[in-house]
Amino acid sequence: MTADNDPNRRNFLQGVAASGLAVGLTGTVPTGPVAAADLPALGRPVPVRLNVNGADHNLSLEPRVTLLDALREVMHLTGSKKGCDHGQCGACTVLVDGRRVNSCLTLAAAAAGSKVTTIEGLAEGDNLHPVQAAFIKHDAFQCGYCTPGQICSGVGLLAEGHAKSDDDVRELMSGNICRCGAYPNIVAAIREVQEKP
Amino acid sequence: MTPFDYARADGSAAAVKQVSSAAGATFLAGGTGLIDLMKLYVERHDLLVDVGRLPLDKVEVIDGGVRIGANVRNSDLAYHEVIRTRYPVLSEALLSGASPQLRNMATVGGNIMQRTRCPYFRDGLSPCNKRDPGTGCAAKDGYNRPNAVLGVSDQCIAANPSDMCVALAILDATVRTQGPKGERGIPFADFHLLPGDTPDRETVLEHGELITAVDLPANPWAAKSHYLKVRDRASFEFALASAAVALEIADGVIKTARIGLGGVATKPWRASNAEKILIGQKPTAELFAAAGEAAMKGAVPRQHNGFKGALARKVVARALETLTERN
Repeated sequence: MTADNDPNRRNFLQGVAASGLAVGLTGTVPTGPVAAADLPALGRPVPVRLNVNGADHNLSLEPRVTLLDALREVMHLTGSKKGCDHGQCGACTVLVDGRRVNSCLTLAAAAAGSKVTTIEGLAEGDNLHPVQAAFIKHDAFQCGYCTPGQICSGVGLLAEGHAKSDDDVRELMSGNICRCGAYPNIVAAIREVQEKP
Repeated sequence: MTPFDYARADGSAAAVKQVSSAAGATFLAGGTGLIDLMKLYVERHDLLVDVGRLPLDKVEVIDGGVRIGANVRNSDLAYHEVIRTRYPVLSEALLSGASPQLRNMATVGGNIMQRTRCPYFRDGLSPCNKRDPGTGCAAKDGYNRPNAVLGVSDQCIAANPSDMCVALAILDATVRTQGPKGERGIPFADFHLLPGDTPDRETVLEHGELITAVDLPANPWAAKSHYLKVRDRASFEFALASAAVALEIADGVIKTARIGLGGVATKPWRASNAEKILIGQKPTAELFAAAGEAAMKGAVPRQHNGFKGALARKVVARALETLTERN
């Protein structure tokens, strides 16, 4: 069966053109020869090699797929959350090459070649990351939706090393919104880890 | 987002060629502005040429001044020792903007190109001469609390939202570019355009012209500079009014003065008339209040942003007072 008369391929490519995200969402890549007319005019998939939490992923994604959507919908790492999808809430915060960023405003293609750490990659086996343990100890969450982003942001903050006081932590955690209002406990959790010898 | 192709740039020259040869192409760096606006369908592009990994990421001391690569991230620049000590206004402005995550992503080049937060520009639907030339301006008689009062035109009252640019406006910065016609240096004051009759045209950059660096000359007075930003909440919010100030005081009188304004103008604003009245004078609260008055002379308020005149006058005066007390 050739590409041209393969109904599955045709449907698939029409889906790409219609939804745009299909390649990224399914993680499926057209293989073999494809007639030029069948390819979408724009949004041609690009190879994306990502190291996520120590594991290599070789993906082919439509350029519109954000790092957040690649993590959640392709790699099924659903710890990172989609809140505002515009870089305003911080629920999608992950570490790219050790720096905290908003994965919703990062194209997966632009992150290709980088090492990504998500909430799923912070613990070592059964040993929680100190920031995770401190969040539990200080009850630094209620509904938990913002928590993966808060924790990744806290890990990034500690690595940056600019926070010297509670006020500094508040200022440097301002990119993470918590609608339950767990802020005092989040500050306490991060300060405790910071002050540990 | 509408569909687009993606290409990672293989050098500045190749990137310039790729973008300049395709009408629907543009540069992608940190993505904090561009991807946001593409998700809102305010911007649509056929091709993004990713320049974010080009090695334009150094802060170099050159001829006593500083050359800042266009890809230096906002956070790296803000915490850079040379910037903190010799251009504190720039460090303070950067740290007053956005969030730590966004500052880790956003580049110097991208920040210079930052687009307005006018709600009618961003909604993708309302009449907006900046987004869709010729459709009108919904902000003039709509909700215009965040909009500009200086540099406005009948066609557009959108405020420039950048903090970093207000600092650059007083530091005699030069924007270095590489374009289809070669390289050039653009004085910062000439880089952004007033809206006039063409608010869709925001800078003098030509299609495919890439910002490669920002040069700051060695101005000794820049070491005594300060950025004050007033906003609706304490952090992670755009300015209602902000001031970048620098003063050189010798023998009790002001020798050099710089005042820039943010949040109130259609482009990064330098208040030269306010600077002039400071020169040769003793630094007093009355003088600083007069500088605030002069800085906001000619302001054109609309229904909801009339408070910006009074607010910005006080922001200028307080920034100058804080700077004087600090030194």
